[in-house]
Amino acid sequence: MSVTTAKSHYQSEAFARRLRARYAAERNFKIAGIAAIAIASLMLVVLLTSIVSKGYTAFWQAQVRVEVTFDKAQVEERNYAAILRQGLYAQFPQITERSGRRMLNELLSSGAPYELEALVARDPSIVGTTRTVWVRADDEVDQFVKGYFPRTGPEAERRLNDAKIAAVDAMTASGALVQSFNTTLFSAGDSREAEQAGIWGAVVGSLLTLLITMALSVPIGIAAAVYLEEFAPKNKWTDLIEVNINNLAAVPSIIFGLLGLAVFLGFFGLPRSAPVVGGLVMALMTLPVIIISARVALKSVPPSIREAALGIGASPLQTVTHHVLPLAMPGILTGTIIGMARALGETAPLLMIGMVAFIVDVPHGLTDSATVLPVQIYMWADSPERAFTERTSAAIMILLGFLILMNGLAVFLRKKFERRW
Amino acid sequence: MISRKHVFTAAAAVALSVAVTGGANAQSRDQIRAVGSSTVFPFTTAVAEAFGKGGKFKTPVVESTGTGGGLKLFCAGVGPSHPDIANASRRIKKSEVEQCAANGVTQITELKIGFDGIALAYSKKAPEVALTTAILWKALAKEVPVDGKLVANPYKKWSDIDPKLPNAEIEVLGPPPTSGTRDTFNELAMLEGCKKTPEVKAVVADEKAREKVCMTIREDGGYVEAGENDNLIVQKLNANPAAFGVFGYSYIEQNRDKLQSAKMDGVDLTAPNVASGKYELSRPLYVYVKNAHAGVIPGIREFIAEFTSERAVGDEGYLADKGLIPEPKDARDAARTSAVNLTPLQL
Repeated sequence: MSVTTAKSHYQSEAFARRLRARYAAERNFKIAGIAAIAIASLMLVVLLTSIVSKGYTAFWQAQVRVEVTFDKAQVEERNYAAILRQGLYAQFPQITERSGRRMLNELLSSGAPYELEALVARDPSIVGTTRTVWVRADDEVDQFVKGYFPRTGPEAERRLNDAKIAAVDAMTASGALVQSFNTTLFSAGDSREAEQAGIWGAVVGSLLTLLITMALSVPIGIAAAVYLEEFAPKNKWTDLIEVNINNLAAVPSIIFGLLGLAVFLGFFGLPRSAPVVGGLVMALMTLPVIIISARVALKSVPPSIREAALGIGASPLQTVTHHVLPLAMPGILTGTIIGMARALGETAPLLMIGMVAFIVDVPHGLTDSATVLPVQIYMWADSPERAFTERTSAAIMILLGFLILMNGLAVFLRKKFERRW
Repeated sequence: MISRKHVFTAAAAVALSVAVTGGANAQSRDQIRAVGSSTVFPFTTAVAEAFGKGGKFKTPVVESTGTGGGLKLFCAGVGPSHPDIANASRRIKKSEVEQCAANGVTQITELKIGFDGIALAYSKKAPEVALTTAILWKALAKEVPVDGKLVANPYKKWSDIDPKLPNAEIEVLGPPPTSGTRDTFNELAMLEGCKKTPEVKAVVADEKAREKVCMTIREDGGYVEAGENDNLIVQKLNANPAAFGVFGYSYIEQNRDKLQSAKMDGVDLTAPNVASGKYELSRPLYVYVKNAHAGVIPGIREFIAEFTSERAVGDEGYLADKGLIPEPKDARDAARTSAVNLTPLQL
């Protein structure tokens, strides 16, 4: 009885080689994938680090302590600048000459007298008393305290001269100059003075714009999607509409701005820079996105649900409103929120309808002049004052916060209500 | 069900409010609107803010649309839906005045508010450089005359043009063609520099063609269109000390600790040199006011009074802090008078 030694083919040398090659290919593919993710994360980390490292200081603002006497006569004249000056000069009795005093005045924000005015308006009983108040320092002092301006080097090329540095140092040493949380950044409208500038006006503008966008594009978008997906006959016309919707989703956003300029401003005579027009334009822009995502969500509801509902006697409308639409809702919401997030970050169409503008007053209504967050970021990035650099990054962080919140909500809703079949 | 009903109610409410407020708003406006040059924008906004803090009127809305775009909007007609004020980094053109008149804007007040200087700036880390407009033109023109013929710009390094200049690649970061700064740069630097290069006249006889040759900037990498974001150019210049950037004066003022500006034909970029006209790369800035709106839109007279006041445009005014180079005293007084009287522009 002899045993044949012929190896079966899966034990052959060639087979082992092929197997090794296949394993190697899979390993290499995995490595390439990991590398891709690593590069992407690295870029993200670089971006975020650069924004955060430049911007975190903007959440603090140098404040100056001044002991002021609210003299009745001066309050009546609204001469708060004089009240402030007297208090400031009292801290530096040794500085009496005019140039020195002008230098001292430059330490305070040009908006500081208005802070005193606001204090008096809030509590008129302080008139006639002496109080210790904290007012904002000038943005140059603020930047110096944060270490952005050099202390050494030729005096003519420095933003702060020796006398000013000495005054700042003296105040820091006596505790009259500290950095505290920058509430102005969150409560004020725009300003040309960095220390008085805030994003609240832009946030309100963004919210008003999004409100209009949502109120228009969500009901119209969902209704259009439901009709096209559930009721519309399949013919040339619906095909044409579908192609057009897909096309519109890819149209550059500036085109919608031009359309808004021609139709809403030109034809309907709506005011420039108004959130209502911004919202209308954004609604046009997000509509195709919402329709497409809603149709995909409706498509993913299995036909068995519809058949079962129809089978027990529900009308087609009841089938849709009682069964299909609720089941598709998580998907629709996700698409909607992503569309809204895109609208929140958009500036190009707003350029045409005048929302890229310097607006100080916080808007109170849909037709007040307003701007939006990304536009505010763009305008600050364009401002020559150095203090706006950190504020730009801070505003970017706030915008990113909003976007993360919205996208997080989309993920949460999907996870919570998603059904799998 | 309920939520769906709410959504539709909200949509209906929005549509209604749009219709109502839209109609109402087209008839009246209680906020001044200004449009125009991005160079004048920082000054107009500063005045707008100071004006708004006065408390009597709403803070004016200022849009940065560029000089040409701003004047187009300004000239589109009279009425609340058209802006009241146009900022310009050059004088209004005759064609624009005619366009205005055709749309019923016949009375315009011109206010010259001051000057802006254009700087050729470079990093503080680099040694001092003196340039002339002629050198600048040779460095940046698309075609230059060599041996009696126009050829594609052969100069790669500054030292190729003049051995005294640094042995470094020509790299100038500047604004794109859509920018007002670029227009001014073309007219003040390129055209002037070209005129000072006699060879060009010998090669291109026709005046129109010569102007085109003069103002065409090279596209082979010597001139980099760096976008409108000047802060980014500041960073790039810091990273590359051999590069130059084209800026407005206010940026140089704010970045004196990082940048220096090149002498132009031996003249430093300083406020007195600009105001006296010695420094060549400077331009006047204008504000145009629609007379028909004064008394209709509240606060226009008060706003331009603030704009021409000593505390704004004076030698130590707050606009000087923002980088505006003030006019001489008598010119300021003249501007104030025409602001008070709303003297119509005559071209």
